[in-house]
Amino acid sequence: MTSQWLIVPVAIPAMTAALLVLAMRHSLSGQRIVSVAATALQLVTAIGLYVLAGDGEPHAYLLGNWPAPFGIVLVLDRLAATMLLLAGLLAFAVVLAAIGAWDRRGRHFHALFQFQMLGINGAFLTGDLFNLFVFFEVLLIASYGLMLHGGGARRLKAGFHYVAINLIGSTVFLFAVGLVYATTGTLNMADLAVKVPQVAAGDHALLAVGALLLLTVFAIKSAMVPLHWWLPPTYGSTSPPAAALFAIMTKVGAYSIIRVYTLIFGAEAGALAGIAAPWILPAGIVTLLFGTIGVLAGRNLLDLICYSVIASMGTLLVAVGLTSTAGLAAALYYAVQSTLTSAGLFLLAGILLEGTGGRGSPARLPPPASLYAGLYFLLAIAMVGMPPLAGFIGKFLILDAGRAASQIASVWPAILVTSLLLIVGFTRTGIRLFWNGPGADATPALRVAPLLPTVVVIGIVVAVAGLSVLAGPAMNDMTATAEQLLAPQRYIAAVLRPRLASAPPGE
Amino acid sequence: MSMELLMATGIGALTAVGLYLILLRRSFPVVIGLTFLSYAVNVFLFVMGRLAVDRPPIVGTSADGYTDPLPQALVLTAIVITFGMTALIVVLSLRAFLETGVDDVTLGIRPDEEPSDTARSEAPR
Repeated sequence: MTSQWLIVPVAIPAMTAALLVLAMRHSLSGQRIVSVAATALQLVTAIGLYVLAGDGEPHAYLLGNWPAPFGIVLVLDRLAATMLLLAGLLAFAVVLAAIGAWDRRGRHFHALFQFQMLGINGAFLTGDLFNLFVFFEVLLIASYGLMLHGGGARRLKAGFHYVAINLIGSTVFLFAVGLVYATTGTLNMADLAVKVPQVAAGDHALLAVGALLLLTVFAIKSAMVPLHWWLPPTYGSTSPPAAALFAIMTKVGAYSIIRVYTLIFGAEAGALAGIAAPWILPAGIVTLLFGTIGVLAGRNLLDLICYSVIASMGTLLVAVGLTSTAGLAAALYYAVQSTLTSAGLFLLAGILLEGTGGRGSPARLPPPASLYAGLYFLLAIAMVGMPPLAGFIGKFLILDAGRAASQIASVWPAILVTSLLLIVGFTRTGIRLFWNGPGADATPALRVAPLLPTVVVIGIVVAVAGLSVLAGPAMNDMTATAEQLLAPQRYIAAVLRPRLASAPPGE
Repeated sequence: MSMELLMATGIGALTAVGLYLILLRRSFPVVIGLTFLSYAVNVFLFVMGRLAVDRPPIVGTSADGYTDPLPQALVLTAIVITFGMTALIVVLSLRAFLETGVDDVTLGIRPDEEPSDTARSEAPR
């Protein structure tokens, strides 16, 4: 019976979004209550599923009770549970922060938000490649709406870029799926893991093209250089809560890379084993460098945050590219902390830049300026990876995982030098913002800081601090996750031979 | 054999046209290019089930073989999704055109141009 819970993270936002659009579209306060309640429920479910996945056994849910390679499956393993929990936490923070000023700028914010959660949760849970495409589309369609929420010429222009690049990405995804299906005859990920080693030698080239096209798609999603150009204008011109929620979207790309290239094209994929590995590590290093250059060149706070998100994706991809248990575990830890930190930074930027159209320097800071300066300081420390916060622990673990002789020459200089440059970039922006900028008492006209987003940013800082304090237990879980990923036999067995498959539904 | 050649060149031509149009600077050709790309991928997915003539889409005893129905189901899903997406981007480019008055996909933040209205509020540094 426990496997029925797997559909809940998909079902809650789907039904909530429909309810919000159809029944409550005229009542903003009603929308807020329902949306917050639904998001809290998702968070509780995610915690429950995390505990459920903690037994180390992947759980499969057969939609419509169709047996595995023919129907669509949802699979919960440790990785999916970790990402669900992260998405739940982030969503809860963002929905609270959005209440007040930001969800009033346009209609249907909460419905779009719930649709986006539907796509995100589904993408983490699905065990089918085509279904992954469908959930990608769901989260993208919702993100187009959220990105454009509130309107404005600049947002529309950036939105056009965002939609166009993602449409191209979807097309490439379909080409890749077609190639994979043509050579293997299946799209179920567990079944693919079985079939890929058996592909005839003549089809290896086609399948390799499919596999690398998939990497291209996930590279667009995760803003890997040179496919990162869409990110700064998109995140920089959208509303702060939408940008904060989008912090998880790049991680959806990273999640897909981890899932596909450990499960399907992992160590046991025969001739195609580790096909993406030669690309991910160099791409990660280049992404890290480009993100850092962007941070140094950034002319305002939002540019800085956007490019630091790219830099953190680079760090994450470097860790994934190490293709070891320690590297994957460090990558997951770093992913959790960088998602929370960048979401916090976007929300903080939203508070500080209120009334400037999101660009440039704020005319005056909301009092108490020292509180916001302190929050910026803490989040910047977490983002660049200085002790004592979790960013440092994450980077330290990545450095530790990259000690192998073949990797140390590229990984260590890249991470250490860019960390220094990131400190310079964040320090410069902080000085300009809080010391050289107008102080809170520079103008008599009072700017009341919104209370709820401030509380949420403080909560995110506390969560990041908690992640630093609990780094030991967290890393134990992450290491177990990485071990489970690198030994996919039980995942395959759970999907293809589920214990409940023969049980008749209902009576 | 000629059928395969026709399909392959057709998909190639559609993709090439789509790519060329996407690289243009105005939003109208970009939208048309995306449509061409989606046509190309739909035909491509369809062909991935292999070209078979006069075969039923289900396994039966009366026919000597079958054609794979799954790619057609995939194409159907892909058509629905790309249709919705195309509708969205058409509305989006129309809105952008109406708000800014130019059918240009650039963000207008080049240094030699007057930045967009929101950027004007930047304090001098």
